Amino acid sequence: MPPLNDWRTLEPGGTSVPAAVQQPHTGGWRTGLKPAVDLTMCVDCLLCWLHCPDSAVRLAGTAFEGFDYDYCKGCEICAEVCPTDAITMVPEETPL
Amino acid sequence: MTRPLLLTGGEAVAHAVRQIDPDVVPVYPITPQTPIVQTFSRFVADGSAHAELVDVESEHSAMSAAIGSALAGARTFTATSSQGLALMAEVVYIAASMRAPLTMAIGNRALSGPINIHCDHSDSMLIRDSGIVQLFAENAQEAYDLMVIAPRLAEHPDVLLPVAVCLDGFTTTHAAEPVTLLDDRAVADFVGAYSVPHAVLDVLEPATHGPFAMPDYYFELRRQQAAALVSALDVFGDIADEFEEVSGRRYGVVEPYRVDNASHVMVALGSTAGTVKDAVDTLRERGEPVGLLKLTAFRPLPADAVAAALRDVARVTVLDRADSPGGVPPLAAELSAVLYGSGVELEHHVYGLGGRDIHPVDVCQLFAGGAPAYVGLRGEP
Repeated sequence: MPPLNDWRTLEPGGTSVPAAVQQPHTGGWRTGLKPAVDLTMCVDCLLCWLHCPDSAVRLAGTAFEGFDYDYCKGCEICAEVCPTDAITMVPEETPL
Repeated sequence: MTRPLLLTGGEAVAHAVRQIDPDVVPVYPITPQTPIVQTFSRFVADGSAHAELVDVESEHSAMSAAIGSALAGARTFTATSSQGLALMAEVVYIAASMRAPLTMAIGNRALSGPINIHCDHSDSMLIRDSGIVQLFAENAQEAYDLMVIAPRLAEHPDVLLPVAVCLDGFTTTHAAEPVTLLDDRAVADFVGAYSVPHAVLDVLEPATHGPFAMPDYYFELRRQQAAALVSALDVFGDIADEFEEVSGRRYGVVEPYRVDNASHVMVALGSTAGTVKDAVDTLRERGEPVGLLKLTAFRPLPADAVAAALRDVARVTVLDRADSPGGVPPLAAELSAVLYGSGVELEHHVYGLGGRDIHPVDVCQLFAGGAPAYVGLRGEP
């Protein structure tokens, strides 16, 4: 836990700028399941990218690339919307 | 020198707003503020002002939109009165806490109820502790001048707070007086370009404005905001010096009028200060050592300037155009605190609620002493 700022060193109004705040990895909020993909079934429709509330689906250009597990909270929306069932939820400890 | 124009206070403020050239003006009409934005909207329609005029659905929305645009990097103005300010009040606190450097005009009007449209200061006093800067104008010229000064004060890096220019409803908003305007170019040069730290729409430097503050930071942020408000006193002085160079007109956070060698001084806000000046002149001709101390800044309270101006005075009479039922009226409470322990004899009176007139003869009677706590009220002894 970093020391707390005194009032003289805060940005006016407490405005947070990225350089001044920690970037917590909210992927730690997952409660046991994480998304996994079978790329042979993926058709790059990008519905998972569109629906992900945490911008945790990475793209290579317009192609699906993978998940950003630092920020994926395991909400399962990607698995739900995937039209080809390429995405499934697997136990956190499953090696990928 | 430009010839004076015959303008109402509302029109004079609208000219100042045209010249400070805001980018966004979210506003909702309400008497007696309406002539300000009505006149300004004509300037927009005629092409002499470029602002995006946003017809919002309420004053709550007006201030909400104003915060958004001010923090997005757009110079922003709004205006209201009375019930509009009461509805806006919740968001005025947020404007101050988010350090949104917007400016506004308040056409001072009594709060309901009973419903009334005429002048008193109960609306401004409702947002006394919001953290907004409150400047009170005595007449149309001052309303114009303070409106030109306002964006400089709001946008100063040490301040970054909303600034309200308060002018008395009808007495100042609707009465026509000679007003000397500055050249458009001179005002543009004086106010300069708008800038705000971490503008929301600066996508290269994203920032979170108005974050949630838990018990570990709320207190620090309130203290920071209070310090910024107090710093507006010194900043006002610096800007007023520059304004004097441009306009030839001198402003301070207080205006002492014939206070030298005065033993009895009246303290007032707004247009009543002009009435008191007339009474002071009359009484001075009779050899009575009286004077006036007008507070141009009410928030932040210029406590040191007030104490200095009243240092050699034996007796002070405070006039409040707002009551604090069950307590001490706002200006009287401030003066009591500033003069505590000084030995100055202090009395205070409430006058003029709901637009009840006060005349120089009333002020002369107040100077004579023995006036009731409520001046001009039927049923007082």
